Amino acid sequence: MELFVILYFASLIIASCIAAYLQRRGVFMTVFSLTLASFVLGIVGGVGALRFVAMSAGILAFAAGISYAFKEFLVIITPKNTSKELKTAPLTAAFGMFVIFTYAIAGIFAPWIAPYGESEVISSAFAPADENMLLGADQLGRDMFSRIIFGARNTVGLALVATLAAFFMGALAGLLAAVKGGWFDQFMGRFADVIMSIPSLIFALLMLSIFGPQISVIIIAVAIIYAPRVFRLTRAVAGNVVVMDYIEAAKLRGEGDWYLIRREILPNSTAPLVAEFGLEFCFVFLLVAGLSFLGLGIQPPTADWGSMVRENATLISFGDITPLIPAAAIALLTVAVNFVVDWMLWRSSGLKEM
Amino acid sequence: MTDMTNNDPMKKKQVLLEIKDLKIEGYTGENWVPIIKGVDLTLHRGEVMGLIGESGAGKSTIGAAAMGYARDGTRIVEGSSIEFDGIELTTSTSAEKRALRGSRIAYVAQSAAASFNPAHKLIDQHTEAPVQYRIKKRLEAQEDAIELYERLRLPNPEEIGFRYPHQVSGGQLQRAMTAMAMACRPDLIIFDEPTTALDVTTQIEVLAAIRDIVDQFNTAAIYITHDLAVVAQMADTIKVLLKGEEVEEAPTEQMLKNPKEDYTKSLWAVRSFERPQKERPKNATPLVSVQNIDAAYTGGVKVLDNVSFDIHEGMTVAVVGESGSGKSTTARVITGLLPPSNGQVLFRGEPLPPKYTDRSKDQLRQAQMIYQMADTALNPKVRISEIIGRPARFYSGLSGTALKSRVDELLDLIELEPSKYYDRFPPELSGGQKQRIGIARALAAEPSFIICDEVTSALDQLVAEGILRLLDRLQKELNLAYMFITHDLATVRAIADEVVVMQHGKVVEQGPKTEMFTPPHHPYTDLLLSSVPEMDPNWLTTLLEERGVDNVGEAADV
Repeated sequence: MELFVILYFASLIIASCIAAYLQRRGVFMTVFSLTLASFVLGIVGGVGALRFVAMSAGILAFAAGISYAFKEFLVIITPKNTSKELKTAPLTAAFGMFVIFTYAIAGIFAPWIAPYGESEVISSAFAPADENMLLGADQLGRDMFSRIIFGARNTVGLALVATLAAFFMGALAGLLAAVKGGWFDQFMGRFADVIMSIPSLIFALLMLSIFGPQISVIIIAVAIIYAPRVFRLTRAVAGNVVVMDYIEAAKLRGEGDWYLIRREILPNSTAPLVAEFGLEFCFVFLLVAGLSFLGLGIQPPTADWGSMVRENATLISFGDITPLIPAAAIALLTVAVNFVVDWMLWRSSGLKEM
Repeated sequence: MTDMTNNDPMKKKQVLLEIKDLKIEGYTGENWVPIIKGVDLTLHRGEVMGLIGESGAGKSTIGAAAMGYARDGTRIVEGSSIEFDGIELTTSTSAEKRALRGSRIAYVAQSAAASFNPAHKLIDQHTEAPVQYRIKKRLEAQEDAIELYERLRLPNPEEIGFRYPHQVSGGQLQRAMTAMAMACRPDLIIFDEPTTALDVTTQIEVLAAIRDIVDQFNTAAIYITHDLAVVAQMADTIKVLLKGEEVEEAPTEQMLKNPKEDYTKSLWAVRSFERPQKERPKNATPLVSVQNIDAAYTGGVKVLDNVSFDIHEGMTVAVVGESGSGKSTTARVITGLLPPSNGQVLFRGEPLPPKYTDRSKDQLRQAQMIYQMADTALNPKVRISEIIGRPARFYSGLSGTALKSRVDELLDLIELEPSKYYDRFPPELSGGQKQRIGIARALAAEPSFIICDEVTSALDQLVAEGILRLLDRLQKELNLAYMFITHDLATVRAIADEVVVMQHGKVVEQGPKTEMFTPPHHPYTDLLLSSVPEMDPNWLTTLLEERGVDNVGEAADV
């Protein structure tokens, strides 16, 4: 028997014994059932399967460790009020924040972090990874790692701007509709229905083929597609606030709509709107990546994760993972944002007051 | 049967519930703070104990603890003992406690409307517990339910159970809930403010029903309320609580006649506040004159029908009536939120535009409102300084240090320390403090007329009295006119100069207070007046004898 297998089972059994001794029921059940499952797995899959399990556990532990450390770091550097909130964050949210933080650093400092330019040809096509190129080369011999870094800036930046535009339009319209009511509310509502009735991808493709695939067109098209959803949510949230007595008091004082929106309604609806921002950002991000994959998004030679998947798609048939790297970058960011949003939704759900 | 004064045989009775040194802690997000600080309670079979105290005194928490239950975020501290009929609840498993709840201990909540499932018929919810515990078969349980409905004097007992909760009135729903608590003939029922949300006229029938049924089945009960007069009718013994500690406990009569502790005496004295009544100035133009107002909500039936009354400068006019009588709608018409379909509102002899959007800044400034629920009347995300400062800046154009000193002045006026409250947010204040901020906001506009919409009904009596005294002082200092909307006649007695009685959107009777409180009355005024609970423990018994058993409270209903 290999030393690895012995160590593997020994550590599992010792861990489950310690858990049992300390009466940590949940931990014990997990560890011990993993031990039992490993017996079967070892017989069926051999040492390889066990190695895979150990690797996964290691990665999980690593992620958990870094999330915890990052959370403590945030708690220490932020002011008192924020750090009090941050202390309640679960590990998943901390992980999400860490990933977002990493992406933000990569995007902002891309030219200094990336070893090569985003359209610089430095090698032969599909060259494998070596000491110069961390992730190998793409179909034109450009450094994959550098393009991923630049892609963070281009793709994420574009999605962020488009989401902000959608939010600005949708939230403003929703707040106005809630405050004004009557025919304006009806008109905006039906207008939103019309936009939502057109399939989003078709609408984006149509706009892009009419006006050409420029950045500004992508932003406007995506903003128009997502604004109605934001409108609906904002109107619903603001609708609950508008019926409160303090709004009536402000109205009777003679305050204008703009004051009502800015000072009375908005502070009471930020929590669900911020959570919605995170969710919508994921959808926008996926749509932008999808458009790039179809060749109508950000145009070459600008690095972009969606088009990078498409350009390197041929490698899949050779069993190479290169095209999966930008796809994984997309997936990781989406998951990370959702982790953070989950936490925010939990906070705003009113389970705990103040 | 309805004899309350059966104190003597009680001493021999068996102990049903014994709570010893009960301590409960609540979690604040960081640490555990004590809510209940060591309370003892002994309840015999068939005894009704009244728990009274201000909100936050821990009444409901003790009520829940009597079932061995601690709400989310609270825990019963080790060392406390809750013994129900020989079973120690603090150490029993959740399965054992579950078996007790519903079958041997029942609970009646404050809001029956919120506690019934709107998707099921009353009788189906009633029979759930007996069927679940295999005490009765479904049909048996239904027959029993109908019998209970009859005993609780619900109209059409044969049929009412087959309605959905929204199809019966609030008072009937509360009685149906009491019937439901009785379904398994429990040994103990916990009533958590069962009549607080009801009108005085509806309250009586519920009180009478609860008292009868508790008597008939010799059930023990814990009756939680903040209304002293109510507890005087219901309880055999009264326990007074303050901030999680017991103040004193004594049999009802003794407690009412000679309370020992100062705190209890202050509770008893609350209803003594009364200010001298003012006379109308002669030949003066009324400050606000409501003339022949009809009003209806969009597409609905008439809510107000030919309503007219005058409010003179510096005087308080109380508008009384049950809920749904059109009191608040009248306020909405005066403020311009609901334009009347007929008639007009005059301000110092000048007609006001019917819609508030058409009124000038000065017209809006003159009439301010104070709301019932201070929680919804103050924006929770805005600082106190901004809440009070905004009207001052908006109407008088103050800014900088002038604004700051004006806000300080207003905070002084409502007896709150300016430096302490200036930067706070509403959720950090207590109910009474919030209501004071609401008053300060109205005053900041420098009005001549304030509409007070049930301003004290959500507050405890001590706090409410403080608010009434404050309003009275402000009226003297600033020569304000109040329109006081209320259903609490004790408040009317304390503060009003003139009274307007409303029923079904019409003014039934109006006149100076002294005249209104001396007979002969309009029959409806009489009903309202006689329905206000008094501190005399025999009041309810006497009243029921006068009115006759079948003619309680909501006699006109259904």
